[in-house]
Amino acid sequence: MTTRHTLSVLVEDKPGVLARVAALFSRRGFNIESLAVGPTEHPTTSRMTIVVTVDDLPLEQVTKQLNKLINVLKIVELDPDSAVQRELVLVKVKADLATRSHVLETVQLFRAKVVDVATDAVTIEATGTADKLAALIKVLEPFGIRELVQSGMVAMGRGSRSMTGSENRLRSAS
Amino acid sequence: MTSPAESLTGAQSLVRSLESAGAEVVFGIPGGAILPAYDPLFDSVTLRHILVRHEQGAGHAAEGYAQATGRVGVCMATSGPGATNLVTPIADAYMDSVPIVAITGQVPSANIGTDAFQEADICGITMPITKHNFLVQHADDIPRTIAEAFHIALSGRPGPVLVDIPKDILQAQTTFAWPPVLELPGYHPTTRPHAKQVREAAKLIAEARRPVLYVGGGVLKARAASELRVLAELTGIPVVTTLMARGAFPDSHAQHLGMPGMHGSVAAVVALQKSDLLICLGARFDDRVTGKLDSFAPDAKVVHADIDPAEIGKNRMADVPIVGDCRETIADLIVALQELYAAGTRADITAWWKQVDGWRDTYPLGYEEPTDGSLAPQYVIERIGRIAGPDALYVSGVGQHQMWASQFISYEKPYTWLNSGGAGTMGYAVPAAMGAKVGRPEATVWAIDGDGCFQMTNQELVTCAIEGIPIKVAIINNGNLGMVRQWQTLFYNSRYSNTGLDSRRVPDFVKLADAMGCIGLRCETKDDVDATIEKAMAVDDMPVVIDFVVGEDAMVWPMVPAGTSNDEILAARDTRPVWGEDDV
Repeated sequence: MTTRHTLSVLVEDKPGVLARVAALFSRRGFNIESLAVGPTEHPTTSRMTIVVTVDDLPLEQVTKQLNKLINVLKIVELDPDSAVQRELVLVKVKADLATRSHVLETVQLFRAKVVDVATDAVTIEATGTADKLAALIKVLEPFGIRELVQSGMVAMGRGSRSMTGSENRLRSAS
Repeated sequence: MTSPAESLTGAQSLVRSLESAGAEVVFGIPGGAILPAYDPLFDSVTLRHILVRHEQGAGHAAEGYAQATGRVGVCMATSGPGATNLVTPIADAYMDSVPIVAITGQVPSANIGTDAFQEADICGITMPITKHNFLVQHADDIPRTIAEAFHIALSGRPGPVLVDIPKDILQAQTTFAWPPVLELPGYHPTTRPHAKQVREAAKLIAEARRPVLYVGGGVLKARAASELRVLAELTGIPVVTTLMARGAFPDSHAQHLGMPGMHGSVAAVVALQKSDLLICLGARFDDRVTGKLDSFAPDAKVVHADIDPAEIGKNRMADVPIVGDCRETIADLIVALQELYAAGTRADITAWWKQVDGWRDTYPLGYEEPTDGSLAPQYVIERIGRIAGPDALYVSGVGQHQMWASQFISYEKPYTWLNSGGAGTMGYAVPAAMGAKVGRPEATVWAIDGDGCFQMTNQELVTCAIEGIPIKVAIINNGNLGMVRQWQTLFYNSRYSNTGLDSRRVPDFVKLADAMGCIGLRCETKDDVDATIEKAMAVDDMPVVIDFVVGEDAMVWPMVPAGTSNDEILAARDTRPVWGEDDV
């Protein structure tokens, strides 16, 4: 069954590690839909959130291959029902005196915010799930979108358990 | 014991690290960026450097050394083209899980990324074909990096590791202490098999009525040949050994059906097809073994033991997966099976053996004498195997001669058969034989090569002559790219597009051998075969090359045409084995 999968991958913060992971996906024939990389609470560890649309079986194969990369520490597939998933978007929308109030109203409705204003445009920042951002963009489109940039998804499991917790640290000490 | 830190250059640290990691031999060629390393290498007492004639030779020699000894093979090259010439042997080692460490010089750190002279991003280039690679950024990291490279190369599923070191790092001042602390938090190969999985597997094995032990190269990597024999004899189950596992189980053993796959024996191929349980030990359901995957062994359950979890379920779903070292897995299976047998759980497989023996008796491996009076290549290879015996090492190139060498030499001992299985690298034989001979100087080492393969890497015979590495090379000279020609015969209406090499005429291999400091012999008739081989066997101090001029029409049989089901196996041209459906 083809579905969207969100993989959270803990990696050593070493040169080339992003290339290794990205190359592995392309080499094994998978398209990465979204990718976000950043630091974690541990200075030597980075975390990648990778979204792929793929059948279940090939996904198992790609996770196993990922696990073989020496710099990969841990992989967890995040279930959307039990994880917080967020993306960030910046949209520059045409907004003159006639339309600005309508634009601002939309911003309010989506609990987004305006981060820059010019005479004929505003720049809006919004975070949320992919669905919410898609809805926002749809509503903004009639005003005229000048520019749009969107981050990859970041995600974290709900509850008190931590993916980067003690178990992983113990392994690195051995 | 930890040695106290001492001050030295990065290059000295590299040489000390290689010595401390247990390297005895480095195959390589110096050049600008790696030059600092060659200065202290010149003084090393324990590290022998063998100056090859092409970096590809260095890489294959390191592979041959590793495959013959079970130790890590080391090769060294300079930046840019030196490093890129290592790419083919590194890819080869990756496909066949051969533990090698490649050390490459890199342009100075400040020049990286500037398209400097002899710069190549070798870490980027080899990323998909190494188990891991390193770009060393501080001279202080050299001992740890070398120790990690050796550890990664040899442990778990073995493979090639590349260490790229910029010239300024080699020239920098640093300290050296051994052993360093490894920093590999993400690397924990699973070696202990899961007890529950082993019990499940043992149960399936004890209950199977048509089981086959499908043995791959992982058994050799795990040095588990003696355990395998105990398991096979305890269970009485038929054994097939893949191209990478030839020698893991004695060919003369009554339970051995030979090699499975595209050019496997009919008994091995059909036994897998008709099996109800494949006990796959360190093999990976390669397409050359399975044929058309969805029709492979359709009625079989699968026990799949491999040290690499990614192999399990990659091509064929496993009913019982076991991740672990093959030697430990087999040892545990033996214990579990003894318990089951003692408790009376044991299916009768005599009816299965009767069928298997029927296929084996009806379709033995064989070949026909050429009708044009030419020398049969299979005969030459068979005689080499008979005369050199089971203690010799046989190293082949890729193609028809490789398949015949796998089929017609009787392998009785592990690590006596070396070849390029996964990658199919023409040109592997001569340099790999050189490396094997360096690792096993007391053994007779025969390279069995084709005239096409031989012309790709024969320059290493110069290295052999000068460095005193007396290998023996049998060129099975049919004047053609024989395997490709065979496919043209069978699938392209005998249109021989660009497969004729004319190498029965040019070059003169005897003169070429002579020019390279070797003894060159030629043999063109059946009557001369034994005497020529004996002559080569009598030489102990020089490399010998025999040009066996053989017929060009011989073909490798049996054959499963590419992309078809193993049910379509042809025992010989137009001869499809018959086995009634009610047989099984």
